[in-house]
Amino acid sequence: MTWTFRRRALAVLPEPAPRRLRLSRMRRIASTAAATALLLGLTTPAYACGGLVGPNGAVNLLRTTTFAGYADGVEHYVTSFEFAGGGGEFGSIIPLPGVPTSVVRGGDWTLQRLAKETEPVRRLADAGSEVAFAAAAPAEVILEVTIDALDITVLKGGGDEVGVWAADNGFRLPPDAPEVLDFYAERSPIFLAARFDAEAARKRGQQVGDGTPIHVAIPTDDPWVPLRILGLGKQASEPVEADVYLLTERRPSLLPAPRATMPLVHDARASDLLLDDLRSDKGMEWVPRTAWLSKLAISGPAGELTHDLAIDETGLGKSSPVAAGLARVSAAGPPPAEERVPLWLVGAVAALLIACGVVVGPLARRLPTDAR
Amino acid sequence: MRARPTALAVASALLLAACGDGGSPTRVELTMHYSAFSPRTLTVPRGVPVTLVLRNDDPIAHEWIVGDDSVHERHRTGTEPVHGERPTELTVPGLAERTTVVTFERPGDYRFVCHLPGHESYGMTGVLRVV
Repeated sequence: MTWTFRRRALAVLPEPAPRRLRLSRMRRIASTAAATALLLGLTTPAYACGGLVGPNGAVNLLRTTTFAGYADGVEHYVTSFEFAGGGGEFGSIIPLPGVPTSVVRGGDWTLQRLAKETEPVRRLADAGSEVAFAAAAPAEVILEVTIDALDITVLKGGGDEVGVWAADNGFRLPPDAPEVLDFYAERSPIFLAARFDAEAARKRGQQVGDGTPIHVAIPTDDPWVPLRILGLGKQASEPVEADVYLLTERRPSLLPAPRATMPLVHDARASDLLLDDLRSDKGMEWVPRTAWLSKLAISGPAGELTHDLAIDETGLGKSSPVAAGLARVSAAGPPPAEERVPLWLVGAVAALLIACGVVVGPLARRLPTDAR
Repeated sequence: MRARPTALAVASALLLAACGDGGSPTRVELTMHYSAFSPRTLTVPRGVPVTLVLRNDDPIAHEWIVGDDSVHERHRTGTEPVHGERPTELTVPGLAERTTVVTFERPGDYRFVCHLPGHESYGMTGVLRVV
């Protein structure tokens, strides 16, 4: 069995109209996307972010999108998990650059609005698609929250600890997971595990295509966007497709620099209209008055995506190689203060944070905070 | 200074005890880390019991299944969730170690593979050479 993921569907929107009307249309986009997905016969849960792994380890992640923003020393991630029918439970693990201060339901139109800004062309939704010798200390659970049909747990621990926690909680990790978890844990031992219960979603009345946006606020001096996790569970030759949106105060420097498999497809000052729209969404008050919008369209083999994306909003090319996953923490040492990303990266990285999905088969047990 | 010859003698005795007639060890250790076997080639003697210590350094489970092509073909489509009944087919939980004793009667090269989903294609294979 192969789980499929479809990227957020985009659609043509008419030119500026009164805000209420515009927002109403954005909501209709989601409905259109849902209908499209249904027509394409998607019957499995889909996520708007992350590396997705099915119960048998098969992965068919077509494209992901993540929104990350950085303002006043806080990185904001917005991602969305979409219900695409089917049953069972699935999960996703997302590495984070620091301990989040909040994990809440995100706004309803942020991702769509960013997509419209940079790609106002109608697209169809993609479809596709014993003897324990060294018992790892348990991963520390530092936050639990239930949002709609999503049970979210923020963990602190090394790769082994998080891997054991995942296994104990029914996540079936793919063979590359141990190395990938260590890759992230060395830099930041913070992970967000999300499990999506399709049956619970159905009982809640969620329709195919309904998304559950998640907004994670993470104070950090070195903002980065996890990219390598997008290839989790994929063969080296399999493609990774992802859209990453960045909103910074100034034109940022990126590390690694954009290239053929990671082109910068949008690079312009954000319009007042866009910023107003973003700011009016739930929990998006942090969006600054002026900002620079960048979009990276990642498209290349998973085997080449061995790094993340570090952002220096000063534009001076001082992004941290460690934050980008290009240098080991031990080898590089802590980045000097002047190398750290300044205060103002109004980063609205709208990248499909879909990336994290380490999903899994039937989950063994439920989180204690299940408050459905 | 007298301790050094003594230590060497003990080490030599242990080494001889761990080898079969052909000089191949009768106790071998195999590590699983980042979903790869190390070493990837093992050489053991035929006709004598060989102790294999399988150490899994990963937080996820792995399998060690050794045999001819028919064995691996069967496991590629098998449904047994856990192995442990046969000494040549073992599941090793995450961060755990298992030991098995096998007498290989016929010389030849036999592949050992982790048949958990995706692991073989990820490269989790090796060769056991019986001499």
